Amino acid sequence: MSPLLDVVCVTKRFGGLLAVDNASLTVETGSITGLIGPNGAGKTTLFATISGFEAPTSGDIVFSGQMITALPTHVRAAMGIARTFQIVQPFAGLSVRENIAVGAHLRHRARADALARAEIVGDAVGLGPLLDKPASALTVAGRKRLELARALATEPKLLLLDEVLAGLNPSEIRDMIPVVQKIRADGVTILIVEHVMQAVMTLCDTVYVLAQGRMIAEGKPAEIARHPQVIEAYLGHGAAARLQARTVAETGSGIGASHA
Amino acid sequence: MLKLEIFASALVNGLLTGAVYALIALGLTLVYGVLHIINFAHGAMLTLAMFAVFVCHAWLKIDPYIAIFFLTPLFFGLGYGVQRFIIGPASHGDDSNILLVTLGLSIIIENGLLMLFKSDTRSIDVPYGFSVIEIGALIVSVPKVIAFVVAFLVAGILGLLLLKTDTGKAIRAVAKERMGAQLSGISVDHIYGVTFGLGAACLAIAACLLMPTYLVSPRAGNAFVLVAFTIVVLGGMGSIGGALAGGLIIGVVESLSGLYFGESLGQIGIFIIFIAVLLFRPTGLFGAKA
Amino acid sequence: MNKLGMNTLGISRAPTDRTLPLIGIVVLALAVLPLGVTSNVVLNFLGFAMIIALAAQGWNILGGFGGQFSFGHAVFFGTGAYAMALLQVRFGLNPWLALPLAVLLGAVVGYVMGWLSFRAQLRGSYFALVTLAFAEVFRITANAWGFTGGAAGVLVPLKLDAANMQFADKRVAYWFALALVAVALVITHRLTQSRFGAQLVAIRENEDAARALGVDALATKLKAISLSGAMTAAAGCLYTQKFLYLDATIAYGPWISVEALLAPIIGGVGTVFGPLVGTFLLLGLGELTKTLFSHMFGGAWPGADLVVFGVLLIVCVAFAPRGVLGLLTSWRRSSP
Repeated sequence: MSPLLDVVCVTKRFGGLLAVDNASLTVETGSITGLIGPNGAGKTTLFATISGFEAPTSGDIVFSGQMITALPTHVRAAMGIARTFQIVQPFAGLSVRENIAVGAHLRHRARADALARAEIVGDAVGLGPLLDKPASALTVAGRKRLELARALATEPKLLLLDEVLAGLNPSEIRDMIPVVQKIRADGVTILIVEHVMQAVMTLCDTVYVLAQGRMIAEGKPAEIARHPQVIEAYLGHGAAARLQARTVAETGSGIGASHA
Repeated sequence: MLKLEIFASALVNGLLTGAVYALIALGLTLVYGVLHIINFAHGAMLTLAMFAVFVCHAWLKIDPYIAIFFLTPLFFGLGYGVQRFIIGPASHGDDSNILLVTLGLSIIIENGLLMLFKSDTRSIDVPYGFSVIEIGALIVSVPKVIAFVVAFLVAGILGLLLLKTDTGKAIRAVAKERMGAQLSGISVDHIYGVTFGLGAACLAIAACLLMPTYLVSPRAGNAFVLVAFTIVVLGGMGSIGGALAGGLIIGVVESLSGLYFGESLGQIGIFIIFIAVLLFRPTGLFGAKA
Repeated sequence: MNKLGMNTLGISRAPTDRTLPLIGIVVLALAVLPLGVTSNVVLNFLGFAMIIALAAQGWNILGGFGGQFSFGHAVFFGTGAYAMALLQVRFGLNPWLALPLAVLLGAVVGYVMGWLSFRAQLRGSYFALVTLAFAEVFRITANAWGFTGGAAGVLVPLKLDAANMQFADKRVAYWFALALVAVALVITHRLTQSRFGAQLVAIRENEDAARALGVDALATKLKAISLSGAMTAAAGCLYTQKFLYLDATIAYGPWISVEALLAPIIGGVGTVFGPLVGTFLLLGLGELTKTLFSHMFGGAWPGADLVVFGVLLIVCVAFAPRGVLGLLTSWRRSSP
């Protein structure tokens, strides 16, 4: 596997606040890579620098071997980077089909082609019966699927998922996981920010951990779950030792519990 | 030497006019700071207030400086009602709707006045209208000096009101964090109304200060409204100190560019400042950088 | 007119392939309207309505579909009108040549204004304010500059001749204006069927989401404001040829900015027929108000019609955010 995305020593400063501090990560082609970390760790900011909504203060973003640090968002989208938003951003006045078609228009100029494409993508993420409903009428789960569908409709190489599972109930999460797996099976590389830890453990090949803007760990999900620094970052100083002492078996779900 | 005297007198006159501009802008910036809306009806409401002063003087024989004491509460009530019962409910909290509703209000007020008073220009005749004070070679008009002093007095009172009273604290709370204010038991609708009322009250005072030396016609507000917007944008949307400083600056700019470019082109200086600030520094000269 | 309204609304939300024939029907209906009419009042009304409709169609492209509310569309109207007049008077150009140039100039002014404002990230109220200020700068300049005739304005010599785009028969002038409105209808319809239109609407609904989906927001908005400026400039050209006189207050005054904005909002913002329906409603209501007032109270009541417009605007925002067309389609849906 070769890397599709390389984030090289990215720093992002907002005035006096250091949101991302010299963070690096690599997303291999065809993988699902996870990015986790406590609230306010800088995950969404890092995402914004990858998708081009924020320019990094220093550092570089390399995509498919090309330097994209200075490129605007829409050019990155055209190159094959799509993102979803943590806080869903539907085009509220449009129907579900029209929403997805906006994404499809990136590769399909003709209106009819884009609408046809929107229907296929909509069906694939399970929005088929809702295509003609106004986007504003969707439930939270429906809106999350719409975010996903719109991004997929741009036919990306790399999909950035920003907490697509947040706000869903357990059964909705169970329904959503195979959808994400299917997307990867179709050849789309995925970088996912997620708080729902079971999902991260199930989905990801590699996980990066960001805490207070710094990348503190990287590895397989199982390794990460046992990583003392990660446990400290989530549960506070000394937590790792206490957990060790109590030899809690399901460390993974233990981490997730404090952030559910 | 004469050149310098003319310059100095234009400068002083600009500062004096600028204080009243500042007062007009104060109402606008207060409403923006709290409600986060641009009140397009601000100019029309000023015109309405000027006509109220005219009616008081011409029909009821009340001196404009006396009229301050009852037009101010009257306009406060008017502003409160307009926000609470028209702008608020009609706009459903949507920004572009608010923009359109206040535009609609300005059309109604302006043309309502046109219907009642026709397009004639009106002025009032007060005995002190042309009184002047001579300071060395400088000649300044007494009503303008009074306007200057009162404008700053009102700004000071408004500042105290916001800082010291419970209502003032509630206004600042709503401006900072609407949701939080609501959760702590402040009626946001009421505070919006009060803020809008204060803005209108500022206009009533400004109208009383302006009328001894100005003319009014149904479209008079147009001249002031863009000036007021310029001041607010220049000073930073929502900033009271910015409105005061911006008002003085614009007063001087208008006076000096009128001196050098003539009356008709003089105004262009203001609009060019306005556009330039909007394009290059939309947070204002004194506002924090975005 | 009432009948026209009824025709329009029913099919305006029908499947897209029926919109084009509908445009044909509406334009045809409008074309036969003056056939039996000799009254100058009616013909003047119709001719004027076409000018306002065209200006409003221009506003609708940027404001209705793009969500960028301009309070200063007089900039484009005035630029078209002045260019049309001055190209003839100062440069001796034939109006048939002046028309495309004036329309192009409207597009260029739109592009420049858009480039300045959209690059500075101006949205919402800020954009509305800056357009208002641009209109004032143009008005004051035109009022003071000798080239534009200053405060005295500019007069286009009367030479009634079709070759001179001055029509002896008022009906022909109306048909010519109607033809331009028809072109604008078709352009607007094509917009709703195109990628450009979809991207423009996406920006209106949520600019960040649109950018993430690969929409070049700046380029799309620039395209929209240029097209919008061109259409409204064309309305200015029609004005010049109809009245043969211009001054700064007519060309760049707030009246046209307000009417260009009111008609689409009242008719149905961001729809193909909204501006046209809104124009007839507005102007019809305006005439009605004026007549009613002079009947009831005698004399002329300047401003009475505008007071009604202002009330209508607020009522529309409060109760019919999708305009009259939106109101009627939802009424049709709820009572099948």
